[in-house]
Amino acid sequence: MANGVYEMMRGLWQTFRSAWTKPVTIQYPEVKRQVSKRYRGRHALKRYENGLEKCIGCSLCAAVCPADAIFVEASEQTDDKRYSPGERYASTYEINYLRCIFCGLCEDACPTEAIVLEDNYELSFETRESAIYTKDMLLDAVSAPNLPTPHKVKPGSFNRSVPEMKDPVD
Amino acid sequence: MVIDSSMIWEWVIKSVAILLFCTVGFAYTTLYERKVLARMQVRWGPNRAGPRGILQPVADGIKLIFKEELIPAKADKLIFVLAPVITVIPALIITGVVPWGPDITLGGRTIHLYLANINVAVLYIMSITSISVYGITLAGWSSNNKYATLGGLRSTAQMISYELALGLAFVGPILLAGSMSLQDIVAAQAKSVPFILLQPLGAVIYMIAVIAEVNRAPFDMPEAEQELTAGYHTEYSGMKFALFFMAEYIKMIAVSTIGATLFLGGYLGPFLNVAPWLGPVYLIGKVAILLYGLIWLRATLPRIRYDRLMAFGWKVLFPLALLNVILTAAGITLFGGK
Repeated sequence: MANGVYEMMRGLWQTFRSAWTKPVTIQYPEVKRQVSKRYRGRHALKRYENGLEKCIGCSLCAAVCPADAIFVEASEQTDDKRYSPGERYASTYEINYLRCIFCGLCEDACPTEAIVLEDNYELSFETRESAIYTKDMLLDAVSAPNLPTPHKVKPGSFNRSVPEMKDPVD
Repeated sequence: MVIDSSMIWEWVIKSVAILLFCTVGFAYTTLYERKVLARMQVRWGPNRAGPRGILQPVADGIKLIFKEELIPAKADKLIFVLAPVITVIPALIITGVVPWGPDITLGGRTIHLYLANINVAVLYIMSITSISVYGITLAGWSSNNKYATLGGLRSTAQMISYELALGLAFVGPILLAGSMSLQDIVAAQAKSVPFILLQPLGAVIYMIAVIAEVNRAPFDMPEAEQELTAGYHTEYSGMKFALFFMAEYIKMIAVSTIGATLFLGGYLGPFLNVAPWLGPVYLIGKVAILLYGLIWLRATLPRIRYDRLMAFGWKVLFPLALLNVILTAAGITLFGGK
């Protein structure tokens, strides 16, 4: 009996004390949680420093995707209308976020590091159609001095689809 | 006492004031509870509707008004509709006998800050609280639902068991003041000390018994979510559910008010003879402290098992309350009461 009352008092003291600690709540729409560096959020298609798209339309991401969420259609390109350094480029690139399981295998499979899962986790949508993100929604914006693709380039200046790459670091 | 038309107006205004205090108090007690519970669980609690969430009760009310009202096909319809009313009306009228302050003079007439000064106020409280158990039992029975029936039955058994201890806890202040009128009990505390100092055991027994009486955690057997979905109000929705909710919170306020009056000196406090309007402020402050205690217990203690609830009520609380009565009576005989 006395022990029970003691334990009860300890419990009451615990709740009373925690009422004076700072709440752990993150006030979501105003304050956003800092995600980890390796967080797998929404995909982004990356560009090179000169503004060309990294994606060469090889469809390896679509092949490896366990949920069959990615659809890629590649097209030929010329030096007059150049999208990517390779022979071909992705004329269609769609990810269905109703299917995607955010496993990151597409990122692992990509030979040019074109597709990256970034930290955007605000992926709500109201219709099935709006769950499908098209290429222009996924592609990064061009940075200041560069023009949007396609570029007109000197013939023969790009002959290599897959760039020289270093081991990835965090 | 002369009964004239202004007297009747005074009564009407005071009744409306009590009803408003109860209903607005109900709304803000829910917010108070959610805020305090949240802080004890290291959260912020509602803070979106209005500054710091003060419009949350309004938002809840609007939501409940627009919800669908469902009556189960095989329910006893008349009793099903009547039960929430039977539960909420007693809760609203309990506080009618509680004084909120000393007499004040306004425009040449003395106004008593209470609705009724009846000489058996404590008995009145006991009988009115017993009526509201009918509402809960009938709600459980008329729903024609096994969970609701079990909740109603538990409620009956629990209230009968704890009402004994509650009644005996009332006896201490009655003996000390020599009266059943709450006005006299407060006046007796003005002459000596708040009765919690003379009746610590009585005050503890009172608080435990009223938690069982208003069906709050850790004694929320009749509405145990995990076992009985929602107990006696499983089948209720919309405003009928809101009435049960209202009854529970108004009863919380009522028992806190009565507890403050019996044991904490009611409206008494410093500077009362200079500014009589401080009386209601002191009373509300004491009620807020007692409500904090009720919420604090809910935040801390898990629900106790049904057989242990019964064993505790009959084997621990009831004998302790009897002992308290005997000790009080002996003390008054030896040292002189009043």
